[in-house]
Amino acid sequence: MGQFIARRLLQSIVVIFGVTLLTFMTLHLAGDPTYLYVSERASEEEIIAARKALGFDRPLPVQYLSFVGGMLQGDLGNSLRARKPALDLVLERLPATLELTLFALVLSTTLSIPIGIFAAMRRGSPADGGIMILAMFGQSMPGFWLGIMLILTVGLGLRILPISGHVAVLQPMLDGDFGKAIGNIPEAIRHLILPGLTISVFSLSRNARLVRSSMLEVLSQDYITTARSKGLGERKVIMRHAFRNALLPLVTLLGLEFGFLLSGVVVTETVFSWPGVGRLVFNAITQRDIPLVQAAVVMFSFLFIFLNLLVDLIYAQLDPRIRLS
Amino acid sequence: MAEKVSPSVVRASLQVTSLNPPQPTSWERMRGSLLKAKWPILAIIILSLITFMAVFGPQIAPKDPNRQSLIERLTPPLTENEAGEINYLIGTDGLGRDLLSRVIYGARVSLLVGFSAMLIGGVLGTSLGIIAGYFGGVVDDIIMRLADIQLAFPFILLTIMVLVVLGAGVLNLVLVLGVGQWVTYARISRAQTLSQKEKEFVEAARSIGARDWEIITRAILPNILAPLIVIGSFNVASVILAEASLSFLGLGVPPTVPTWGGILAESRDQLLGGYWWLAVFPGAAIMLTVLSLNILGDWLRDFLDPRLRNR
Repeated sequence: MGQFIARRLLQSIVVIFGVTLLTFMTLHLAGDPTYLYVSERASEEEIIAARKALGFDRPLPVQYLSFVGGMLQGDLGNSLRARKPALDLVLERLPATLELTLFALVLSTTLSIPIGIFAAMRRGSPADGGIMILAMFGQSMPGFWLGIMLILTVGLGLRILPISGHVAVLQPMLDGDFGKAIGNIPEAIRHLILPGLTISVFSLSRNARLVRSSMLEVLSQDYITTARSKGLGERKVIMRHAFRNALLPLVTLLGLEFGFLLSGVVVTETVFSWPGVGRLVFNAITQRDIPLVQAAVVMFSFLFIFLNLLVDLIYAQLDPRIRLS
Repeated sequence: MAEKVSPSVVRASLQVTSLNPPQPTSWERMRGSLLKAKWPILAIIILSLITFMAVFGPQIAPKDPNRQSLIERLTPPLTENEAGEINYLIGTDGLGRDLLSRVIYGARVSLLVGFSAMLIGGVLGTSLGIIAGYFGGVVDDIIMRLADIQLAFPFILLTIMVLVVLGAGVLNLVLVLGVGQWVTYARISRAQTLSQKEKEFVEAARSIGARDWEIITRAILPNILAPLIVIGSFNVASVILAEASLSFLGLGVPPTVPTWGGILAESRDQLLGGYWWLAVFPGAAIMLTVLSLNILGDWLRDFLDPRLRNR
């Protein structure tokens, strides 16, 4: 196990190195990045001064080292608009984004498993066909379009759920006010349903199909036939023998799932005016606030790498086959 | 000692061979499988219509997609004018532009970006994958570590950053999305190459003095194409979705070029007014295109390579 952890940690460090190098190089893709930082009407002297102030006159390797050095100290540059440390702005908005992605993760997993199993058990029935067609649609629509349609129908038409706004749960928890956090939960969930559904529709559909097909495969295995032939009821066959094995492919996907959901937050938060990192990025894009976009990309990447590491270590603990492979 | 086979058995087996009908050609098998599956035919029809829209956009669009008419802004679908004619079949947008013409023109960017990015990613990824699988060693290590790095963080975010730095534009969009796709192709073609290069025909080619380049293009590539084509069709679908998201964020093409994602972005400002047609039609166009590609991909997979089913 120790060896596995060491190998996996080393791998993560290599990836972090790669991510920082990629983000750094991106900034220099269009040549001198100074022009991204100054206004279009800046004079030649102003540009030269800015280049010196931002350090873009130094050799690239030196710039990279100071970029990494700054990052290790939590310094990702200042936002051009807000004139505050970019990382602080991102961290401020992070709880709202985490609430949204976690909710979406829970939604896509808890709904896809029963739906997939149900479809597999009724294989070939109209219910199965209907579910699979819906899942196919779910995988084929842009999430943000579903969001817009949900706003039009559920939000503006039926008026049963809020279409914008956010009620914080994580932030009061971080502030130590657990009473407020718990009290906020029901209202927070009401606000989470539409954006959560929007962000998870693709995963939900894909996972439902995945659970169905892996369930069908497991049900055709010899040990299921054995379980049935020794007289076990169908319920017990499913719950005790098929269920756990059918979930394996889904479980291996969970680590990547979170990152996948994270990449949907930019459009979803924009549609629902969700005050998270995604909308911060959207605003930064429209204002060409490069350091802020960069800080968000680095932050999301680190979060993603860390969660993948965590998930892998947990699996290795649960399933010895993984750490031996 | 070989077992004795009675002459009658030999004769019977010879007869069976001679009675076998000629094997259907791959085109015939494809047609048969298509006719049996039904849905893929519908998908092909829809995709042909959308391709037609994209190619002949200027000829079939009823109006100039950028012509504004502020008096007629936000006209609902099927509205009759004083003369009792329907001027705008599916209505107009916030600047009074004809939505139908804009949706027809939008097909151009989506298909162009979808297919070109798939080709770039496919060629790049397949080449790197074959090189990694065929030569192995350090080259293989480097290529596969690069793939790991790319898979280890949400690529769409890097895409956003690249486009913010480089600026919007079809070429940038195609390049960034194309390069972003290489990993899938590389992993599959590497795995396939590894198994193909142990086959006898590769050994045979090598023993008669074929060069690496010849072995790769003549013996390996044709045998690993099937799964790559399947990946390709799904890939066009996912690139079109990504393009829609990026256009929605204003990172796609310049705003004068109508795109489905761009029209949806504009519809967002009008959403609270309940102008549903602005959102329904471009979104439905994206969904129909992507859905058709996915259905086609599913069928191609079952037809070409059923082993991929659970991947």
